[in-house]
Amino acid sequence: MIKINNLCKNYGDIIALNSINVSLVDEKLTYLVGPNGSGKTTLIKSILGLIKISSGEIFVDKLRLNGNFSYREKIGYMPQVASFPENLTVEEVIELIKNIRSSITNLDDELINEFNLKKEFNKKIKALSGGTKQKLNAAIAFLFNPKILILDEPTAGLDPISSSLLKDKILKEKSKGKTILLTSHIISELEEVAEEIIFICDGLIFFSGEKNNLISSTGEKNLERAISKLMREKSENFSNGN
Amino acid sequence: MSTLKIPSKYLLYILFIFSNIIISKTIYVNNTIQLKNALNNALPYDTIKINKENYQFNFLEIKKPLTLVGINSPTFDGNNKGTILIVKSNYVFIEGINFQNTGYSFTNDFSAIKIDGANNCSILKNNFTNCFFAIYLAKSFNCSISNNKIVGSQKRQTFSGNGIHLWYSKNIYISNNFIEGQRDGIYLEFTKKSTIEKNISKNNLRYGLHFMFSDSCNYSENIFEKNNAGVAVMYTNNVKMNGNIFRNNWGDASYGLLLKDISSSEIKNNYFIKNTAGIYLEGCDRNSFKNNQFKNNGWAIRLMANSMENTFIKNIFLGNTFDVTTNNSKNYNTFDKNYWSDYNGYDIDKDGYGDTPYRPVKLISILVENNKTLLILLRSFFVELLNLAEKLLPVLTPETLIDNHPLMKINI
Amino acid sequence: MKILATVIKNQFQDSFRSKWIIVYSLFYFLITFGLILFTNDSNKIILSLMNVNLIVIPLVCIVFGNVFFYNNREYIIMILAQPVDRKYIYLGLYFGLTFAMSLSFLLGVFLPIIFSFKIFINNFNIIFWLIITGILITSIFVGIAFLISMLNENKLKGLGISIFSWFLFTALYDAIILMLLQILQNYPLEIFSLTLTLVNPIDITRIIIINNFDIAALMGFTGAVFNKFFGSVVGFVIALFSLINWIAIPLFIGLNLFNKKDF
Repeated sequence: MIKINNLCKNYGDIIALNSINVSLVDEKLTYLVGPNGSGKTTLIKSILGLIKISSGEIFVDKLRLNGNFSYREKIGYMPQVASFPENLTVEEVIELIKNIRSSITNLDDELINEFNLKKEFNKKIKALSGGTKQKLNAAIAFLFNPKILILDEPTAGLDPISSSLLKDKILKEKSKGKTILLTSHIISELEEVAEEIIFICDGLIFFSGEKNNLISSTGEKNLERAISKLMREKSENFSNGN
Repeated sequence: MSTLKIPSKYLLYILFIFSNIIISKTIYVNNTIQLKNALNNALPYDTIKINKENYQFNFLEIKKPLTLVGINSPTFDGNNKGTILIVKSNYVFIEGINFQNTGYSFTNDFSAIKIDGANNCSILKNNFTNCFFAIYLAKSFNCSISNNKIVGSQKRQTFSGNGIHLWYSKNIYISNNFIEGQRDGIYLEFTKKSTIEKNISKNNLRYGLHFMFSDSCNYSENIFEKNNAGVAVMYTNNVKMNGNIFRNNWGDASYGLLLKDISSSEIKNNYFIKNTAGIYLEGCDRNSFKNNQFKNNGWAIRLMANSMENTFIKNIFLGNTFDVTTNNSKNYNTFDKNYWSDYNGYDIDKDGYGDTPYRPVKLISILVENNKTLLILLRSFFVELLNLAEKLLPVLTPETLIDNHPLMKINI
Repeated sequence: MKILATVIKNQFQDSFRSKWIIVYSLFYFLITFGLILFTNDSNKIILSLMNVNLIVIPLVCIVFGNVFFYNNREYIIMILAQPVDRKYIYLGLYFGLTFAMSLSFLLGVFLPIIFSFKIFINNFNIIFWLIITGILITSIFVGIAFLISMLNENKLKGLGISIFSWFLFTALYDAIILMLLQILQNYPLEIFSLTLTLVNPIDITRIIIINNFDIAALMGFTGAVFNKFFGSVVGFVIALFSLINWIAIPLFIGLNLFNKKDF
């Protein structure tokens, strides 16, 4: 579904992504992990066309990205921080996104109902709490029934009940055959739903493959320990190299 | 005073008419030959009535006191060959005739009517079309020129003479004439004690009114509009201008009223509206400017060097781009008790005058006086800042050019 | 086009409901109303409003437009992740904000004038041009603000550049012209000075207004070029064309930068 070849991105002298080669396995849930500033967000933004890549290729559904935009119909994106025009109502924001994504078929308003957003419909964005904004953010990502879901720290800022509602929703969509990319800089409670892992650090991919492979190859008990071990090895390599 | 002489002049005239009723006869003419015969055969004080025909002749002289009256506007056509009528006798009276086509000359002053050394003549209710000069008076006294309509059609000054032209004349009364499209509308040179009132002079190629060396004349309630160079008066004393309107005279050399070497004169109750320069003074002394209104002019007053002891009192300045400008760093003129629409002061003691003085000369107007191109920065924020700075700390503007009693309200 | 209309509409609604815009509108309302109340002299009111056009609108628009872009970065990212052409987003945000600012100016100035239209009976044409140029200046400076936001990432730096640009356009530029014209006053400078002024949108606006207002003085120019320029339709068309360029060019450059920008 998404295939990335030799992707590089520089911001001036700073190399944000260094020859990334990675694919997302179709219909699987991939967990993109890495510390702050590791390149996670840059990678996601490259896929979404929010930044211009320095070199390399990205394919979404076999289409090579080249400043085109219609492929994004297939993607639902939930940014880490939600921000909408302050003086619009919840309903107006939803209408705005609906109007922008003009090809609307079988809308999925399950999250709107689950999160009970209907009762907030007439409130202005600036009157909403951070949690409610995050709910709206999630609801919009799922609303258009996209084949691909890119969720950036989706449970951050959500209360435990909403968080588990969202987790259920993610699993439900996965079972419907959606390809999902989740990111986090910490190993969160979402770890259990992950099937594939991409571990990124300093713009380099250190691991990509099945979660179970990672755990067994490192000989650790769980993902958190496996990742820690990877990071330790990485820093040792780094100091040996010097 | 010439105003006193007008009634007496009329009185004489009325006596003269009455005496004629008894002894004079009336001759009717239908063509040019009859007209010429009539002029030859008529006795003094006879009346020649001219039927509505087209009469063509040039340089026809009137040598005795006669009354020429047109019936239903006959036409005297000069066929572009020169002067039409020459009046050489006193007491000639011409009324109700259309004069046209004198032709032009660079050496002769071709005129529709030339009054040459004749006194007590009247030119009334005639029309003048396409004439080089329309009415030309030389060395003539006590004449009256009223209710004539003069329309020139030339576009260039050299092909055009003056509407009403006076030279070495005295006690002339010019009123209610309409003059358009001549070189100068009304021109006076070496003419004394005359009265010019209620005339309209507009769209002339040079000046609406132009006089030189013509002392003790009165100008009142005339309208001078859209003349190429406005009105110019030069080298004259004792002028009285009262209640005239100077309007819409635009151009870099155009003035509502240009005063050059004028002294001891009174300019009162006039209106200066939308002229590039309302009044331009050069070398003028001891004149009084009072109760005039200056509205929407580019420059209300351009007070140039060597003008001294002029007084500007109780005038109204409304919405002029520049109220006063000068090219001199000293000032010997007086401004007092005027109303300035740009004045922003207050009147705490309620005496009707602002408590802080008004400086009508702005820094930018001084700069523009030397460098016209700077007009392009008119009303720019930066220029307003400069004006403000200069107002607080005068450096370039004359310190004594100041109105210490600016009126708070327009008193009419 | 439907997408463009959607973005414009929502941006307009959002901005027009913002309390800053309401304060902005109220500011014009109070200024205009105050002027009418205190002077009653339509000429003075018009000149003061012209200064508002020349000074306040550029400042507010350039600052507001700049802050707007930095403050709405997350929203812009969210909307850019949707399947839309980037240029519609930029244009949509630009026009939405410009319409809101223009309408706010229009209401603030127009309502008090309508209430007391009798004072302005002889000056309707200048009022008309004040409003037109006010809207044009709004469009220009929102565009410039957007362009400045595109040129650098730092909010404070952007704000600094914005305020400096405002100062350049409103005062510094004229100071430089004044100096040049004084230094070079022995040369024929008609076309030179006209060209210089026609480069600055604030000067153009000023000239359009004073061409209605101070025409008697402007006719005092000795040069034929000036009289031709100020006295005829030609000059006016050139001035208007130049203003429209000032909308189009920053918008075009900003749009290109936006298309290439990393978010």
